[in-house]
Amino acid sequence: MILLKTVNLRKQFGDTKACDGLDFIVHKGEFLSLVGSNGAGKTTLVNLISAHLQPDSGQILFEDRDITSATVADRIKAGIARSFQIVNLFDGLSVFDNVALSIFSREGKTVKMAALAEHDHEVRAETLEVLGEFGLSDKAEVLAGGLAQGERKLLDVAVAYALRPRLLFLDEPTSGVSTRDKAQIMDTVSSVVRGGQVTAVVIEHDMDVVFRYSDRIVMMHEGAFLADGTPDEIRANKDVASILLGAPLAS
Amino acid sequence: MKADLKAPRTRSVLKLAAAAAPILLVLILVPGLVPIYQVQLLTYGLIAAIAALGFNLLLGYTGLLSFGHSAYFGLGAYAVAFVVQYLGPHSMEVYLLIGIPVVAIVSALLGYICVRHTQIFFGILTLALSQVLYSLALKFYWETGGSDGLRVPRPDLLFGLLSFSGPRGFLQFLTLYYYYVLTAFVLCVVIMWVIVHSPFGKTLQAIRDNEVRARFLGIRIRRFRWIAFLISGTFTGIAGILWVPLNGLTTPDILYWTFSGEIVFSALLGGFRNFTGPIVGGIVFTYLKTYAVATTEYWQLLLGVVLVILVLVLPTGIVGALAKLAQSLKRRPA
Repeated sequence: MILLKTVNLRKQFGDTKACDGLDFIVHKGEFLSLVGSNGAGKTTLVNLISAHLQPDSGQILFEDRDITSATVADRIKAGIARSFQIVNLFDGLSVFDNVALSIFSREGKTVKMAALAEHDHEVRAETLEVLGEFGLSDKAEVLAGGLAQGERKLLDVAVAYALRPRLLFLDEPTSGVSTRDKAQIMDTVSSVVRGGQVTAVVIEHDMDVVFRYSDRIVMMHEGAFLADGTPDEIRANKDVASILLGAPLAS
Repeated sequence: MKADLKAPRTRSVLKLAAAAAPILLVLILVPGLVPIYQVQLLTYGLIAAIAALGFNLLLGYTGLLSFGHSAYFGLGAYAVAFVVQYLGPHSMEVYLLIGIPVVAIVSALLGYICVRHTQIFFGILTLALSQVLYSLALKFYWETGGSDGLRVPRPDLLFGLLSFSGPRGFLQFLTLYYYYVLTAFVLCVVIMWVIVHSPFGKTLQAIRDNEVRARFLGIRIRRFRWIAFLISGTFTGIAGILWVPLNGLTTPDILYWTFSGEIVFSALLGGFRNFTGPIVGGIVFTYLKTYAVATTEYWQLLLGVVLVILVLVLPTGIVGALAKLAQSLKRRPA
């Protein structure tokens, strides 16, 4: 079942075609990896779908509803959430508050000002649950700005996940962390996302990570799709190998 | 895990109440312990603290630096003066009942314009709008008294239950008005404390820390900034309403940009990154300015030097520095 579909989506920066008429499809329940070299257009595609950028032309359909001109808030309400390539947290707030804020926002409780945030037992319980899933329970009272990079990456995903989206975009969730932390982060993220039956689109450069965790892989190159298939199909694709190794394309 | 986390948070509220209780007790006992002049000075200090507390909801919690909060302080004072001039009653409760909605409405209107921008553009807009009000107060002298201002006589308190006349009326007023302001101060502190620890307050802090991420949680940034502006302006306006019966006169000076600077100074002095900073800053600044003015005609120079030292040596303000000191003493082995 198709969850998200873009039709002839275009975005150009000067002469550079970041998204050159993309027809992108995400199926419900899949763990999809978006790969490609720097400047291939992966982040631009995610920015367009999450309303961080407006497309020059084309359509974005989420559950068959046209959301091309919907605001960020409306897309979040519809069930689309994202994390960022560079960790984007509320550093002056505790780890607990970072996650709780997502839940307050989702529940429409952010305008409440006559009661203490910590006295909302439902939000408190759910926050603790999410922190537990991401292995951050013992850091709950620590300021987000004081976390180690791997923990910050996990919290970044947890903040987006706490919105309980149906479609979650993760922009390089393992960038800037050690190889050991990468596996730990991806194990956690994959288990939480699959356990929560959330459809995930992950932008990732590390092909070991991509092959290990993905149901489907889409490769981008110069604003267009180059390949689309299962990890085995992509592994066997010579064009993909050429791009990844920096050699000319086979065809 | 739930129990583990719940305990320290509940304790922190109790700890705060335990720390506030002795301070409140001292404040209650002050009139019996010090000369009446000091009581009057402390009343001014508490009023300045309310103004700084309101201002800091924008600076410390929302990340917006207003250079025009004199507008709301002055507006509160002039609203009271106009009530006296046109409606006649000399009742503090009437002043508050009319003054607060006036300040809230004007804060909402001006805030709606200002929060469309951030950073320097926000600061300049707030400054410009406050200067417009200053000019109006100065130029419409047939209504505002121009540079002479408008007189506000001593009001009755508690709906006429307490009135002050006769030879000892002024001294009685100073003492009882101190308690009146202290009550308002405690109420303002409690209300503001709840606001900044509510989901709304957390949302403001999130916007301050990372506007982009806040937007991607579905938070409508401008709306939150606007509400914060409205609350901030109203609190500062309440300070203006409380100030004018004590001063007995309102003049355009309190609408001028230098008065906004004093509110900013108070917040910096106490420390704008913590809740109690602006309260301490407001009170300390009142004493600092009073004694600087009494000591030297170059008092502005003296305050300037203090400000420079503050920024260079104590960037976290008095409360921030004390908190750091307490932390380092705590860490030191016995």
